[in-house]
Formats: sequence, structure tokens, C-alpha cells
Amino acid sequence: MNMPATKIEVETAAPASIAAPVVAMTPKRPPRAETYARIARETAVRVIPPLVVIALLLLVWELVCRRAGSALPPPSKVFKDTKELIFDPFFDHGGIDKGLFWHLSASLQRVALGYSLSAIAGIALGVLVGQSVWAMRGLDPLFQVLRTIPPLAWLPLSLAAFRDGQPSAIFVIFITSIWPIIINTAVGIRNIPQDYRNVAAVVQLNPLEFFAKIMIPAAAPYIFTGLRIGIGLSWLAIIAAEMLIGGVGIGFFIWDAWNSSHISEIILALFYVGIVGFVLDRVIAGLGKIVTRGTAQG
Amino acid sequence: MTAYLKLDHIDKIFTRGAATTEVLKDINLTIEKGEYVSIIGHSGCGKSTLLNIIAGLTTATTGGVLLENREVNSPGPDRAVVFQNHSLLPWLTVYENVKLGVDKVFAKTKTRAERDAWVMHNLNLVQMAHARDKRPSEISGGMKQRVGIARALAMEPKVLLLDEPFGALDALTRAHLQDSVMALHQKLGNTILMITHDVDEAVLLSDRIVMMTNGPSARIGEVLEVPLARPRKRLELATNATYLKCRQRVLEFLYERHRFVEAA
Repeated sequence: MNMPATKIEVETAAPASIAAPVVAMTPKRPPRAETYARIARETAVRVIPPLVVIALLLLVWELVCRRAGSALPPPSKVFKDTKELIFDPFFDHGGIDKGLFWHLSASLQRVALGYSLSAIAGIALGVLVGQSVWAMRGLDPLFQVLRTIPPLAWLPLSLAAFRDGQPSAIFVIFITSIWPIIINTAVGIRNIPQDYRNVAAVVQLNPLEFFAKIMIPAAAPYIFTGLRIGIGLSWLAIIAAEMLIGGVGIGFFIWDAWNSSHISEIILALFYVGIVGFVLDRVIAGLGKIVTRGTAQG
Repeated sequence: MTAYLKLDHIDKIFTRGAATTEVLKDINLTIEKGEYVSIIGHSGCGKSTLLNIIAGLTTATTGGVLLENREVNSPGPDRAVVFQNHSLLPWLTVYENVKLGVDKVFAKTKTRAERDAWVMHNLNLVQMAHARDKRPSEISGGMKQRVGIARALAMEPKVLLLDEPFGALDALTRAHLQDSVMALHQKLGNTILMITHDVDEAVLLSDRIVMMTNGPSARIGEVLEVPLARPRKRLELATNATYLKCRQRVLEFLYERHRFVEAA
């Protein structure tokens, strides 16, 4: 009970802190060499593991295929056989005897055309099916069946209809890539929050304005998912279709190499096909990221 | 008494398959120009349905809404709504969200420059001009609701409909926004109809409080006048006898006579 009152120290401490001299804090900038070292470290962490794996795979492949009488060439032979194709992709000896650049560009042009058509038609149909219950009831069963038809199964029919390889190939790309675009767009449209529709109703947007200002931005993340699946399928379809229709194009280049037993050329072409497919996917994904920026709910 | 907004014998029946639910029954209410009216009731009593009917987003089964003696049955900017969860379009900036309505409503009557000035004027009213180029995801909940209010005000509505506008906000932000809305009402003289479930909010802001009975078949149970002079000050009212009496009346209505029954 008779404890001495402890003097609270706060009173003396407070003025001291007020009077504390202001120290100018100069931001410490790490030396430039250190920054470079950090960037180099971060890059190394990402780049080294895949490089190691690739090196190991090449080694195994080399060991397995270098024996005499092996069916496939080892990587060293692939490189030796295809050096000309690798270092001069731009030659053009007329006909289909062209550099790989020309083959790839022919294939990409077909994809660009077929895919653009399917993106336009796919988004339009997706909006219709997403917006109208009756359109969905009528069209959805049809879509679900048609989308399971493999790309190449369409080719004979389209050849019969168009009587020419070029439009047939474009049609095959179109018909292959349109389904995921339609289906994803429709889901996106159906998932537009009622709130946004209410806002549009109060502001009295007309159907065209509603489409441009609410529907497309609100469904954009879904639409881009569909577009991304679509571009992958287009690239799958074009290689297969070109093998059958012939002419300039990376698909026929592979088939032609097989017919002339240039196995090394096939391997090189597959490498390019993979890289281009990867780049196409990244391009659409990147585009989606830019367009849907800020669409995240908040 | 001139009826500016008149709710005339509104019934609303929802039908799902064979089951029908009567949500609202015989709602009659007249609101004068410049009046601030709150509708209060327990959740599920159909107050939001009533607001949607007035906004034209839902249609009444029978009866109708008259605004300046004309029937309204489709949504329009003359009855702009401030939605509960702000409903800003996330891909547009603050400025663009407000501009969406302005461009539509004043397409013919204002030039481009005038519309731009009008958007900024309304953003200034809610003190959000500084965030004009931000996207909704970059601003706080209270700020979003301010922009929502600016968007509605910018359409120059005849009646401003507030659907539990402060429901999703924390207490401090809510008080701050209530003060802002009071100041705007004082300054612009809008006719405001607000849905709420907060007794203090209703008494503080309203000229009249419409108390609804529990659903199904919710009716207007009682209408209470709040005879407090404006401008009202939150702190002074805390001890004001009239304020406390009004508050008591509403609480009695909600918790004694029309207690919310969980199982109902």
C-alpha cells in the first residue's frame, strides 16, 4: 500500500525527442556493380536449369543415336545436315524449294487469315449465344457436337467445297479454332454481373453502346482465354492440313522431307514449329494482358 | 401537398414455377420535391425490390410509379441509382465512369467541353476530382461510393435513389459520407429516396422515415416525420430530445412490433 509513486519518465523524454536534431537521410544507392550482379543472379536462376536439362537431353540423344544403324540421326548430325537451312532461311530457288522463313511465313499467313475470321465470327456467335437463351438452346447442342470433330476430318469436305488447297486450309483453321472462342465468349457474356447491366439500364445505353462499353470489356478476360486456346488449335491444324494440301508451308516442308528421307530436316522443322507455336501463344496472352488491364474486380 | 413522386398501390408477386410469393402489398407513398425520405425495414422485407421498381429495373405486378404525374416503368437517368456495392465499371477510370452517364444524358444539350466541365464539377462536389484518372481498384471503398454518388448526381436526376449506399463501409467512413450526402442535399435540394437498415442513419438524414413490416407481403407499417431543423449536426443531435424520440419510435417499430423472425 505504501509504495512510492514512481516518477513517470515520459515528461522528460518527450522534449528530448522534439529537440532531436533532424538528420538528413540520404538514400543509399547500391553501387552499380552490385545491381548488375543481382540482375545476373536472378537471370541465372531462371536460365540455368532449363539449359542444364536441354544439355542433358541432347547428350542422351547423342549417345542413343550415334550407334551405327540407328533409325534417327544424333543432334550433331542434325546440325551438320541442316546447317544450310539454319544459316540461310531466306533462299528462294523457285517452286517449293525455299528457305524455312518462307515456309513459316506462308503457314503464318494462312493462320492469320483463318484465325482472324474465326475470332470475329467466334466472338459474334459467342455474344449471341451468351445473350439470348433461345440462341443458346438452339445452337449449343450443335456446337458441342461439331467441336469434337478433328481438324483433318473437315479437310476433304472443304476441298470438295472450295476445289482449292488454299481456301480449304484456311477453312480448316477457322473451323478448328472457332469453338473455344464461341464457348468462352458465351460464358463471359453470361457472367456479366447484373450490376453492370443495371448501370447500363439506368444510363440508357442502346444495344450497340452496351455491346461496346459493357459487354466486350466485361467479358474480355473470358474472350482472351478462348482466343488463346484458339491460336494453339489453329497452329495444330495448319501443320496437319498443309501436309495434305501441299505447296509452300512448314507442314508440307515436313512431309516433303519425310518423302525424301531428310530426317534431320524434319527435326529442325519441328523445332521451329514448336518455337512459333510458343510465340503465338505468348503474343495472344500478352495482348490479353494489355486489353484486360484494370478489369480485375475491385 | 404536391406529389412529385407517387407510388400508387404497388403489389409485387414473384412467381417461380407453381410457387408464388407476394413480396410487397399495397404500397402507397407520395414524396414531395426536395424531400429526403428513407425506407427502413428488416432484411428480406422487399425494400430493395421496391427501390428497383421505382428505378424501373423490375416491374410492379400491379400498381405503378408516377414521377411528375407521368407513369415510369423503365429505367432512366431521371431516377439515377447509387448502388449498394458502388457498381463502378472496373475498366474505366473515375472520370470515365462519371462521363458514361453524362455523355448519354447531355449528348444533345451540352458541348464536349461543357460535358467535361460538368463531370469535373460533379467529381468536385464529392471531393474526388484528385482521383479522376484512377481506376476503381486503386481507390478505397468510401471513395468508390463517392464516385458512385457523383455518377448519379451528374445525370441530374429528378429523384436520386440510394440503395443502402453506406452499407458496405466501415463506421467512420460511413459517418463521413453521410455528412457529405447531407451537405449535397442541402446545397442542391435533390429529392432523395434512400433504402437503409441503419436507424441512426435514417433519423439523421431523413425528413420522413417509411417503416416497412416484415415480408412476405410487406406493407408500409408507419411513416414518421423527423421534425429536426437543417443543417443537422451529428454531435449536437446525440443529445437532442426530438432526435432521441424519433430514434426510439423507429427502434420500437423494428424491434417490438415487427421483430425480425429468423424462421419466417
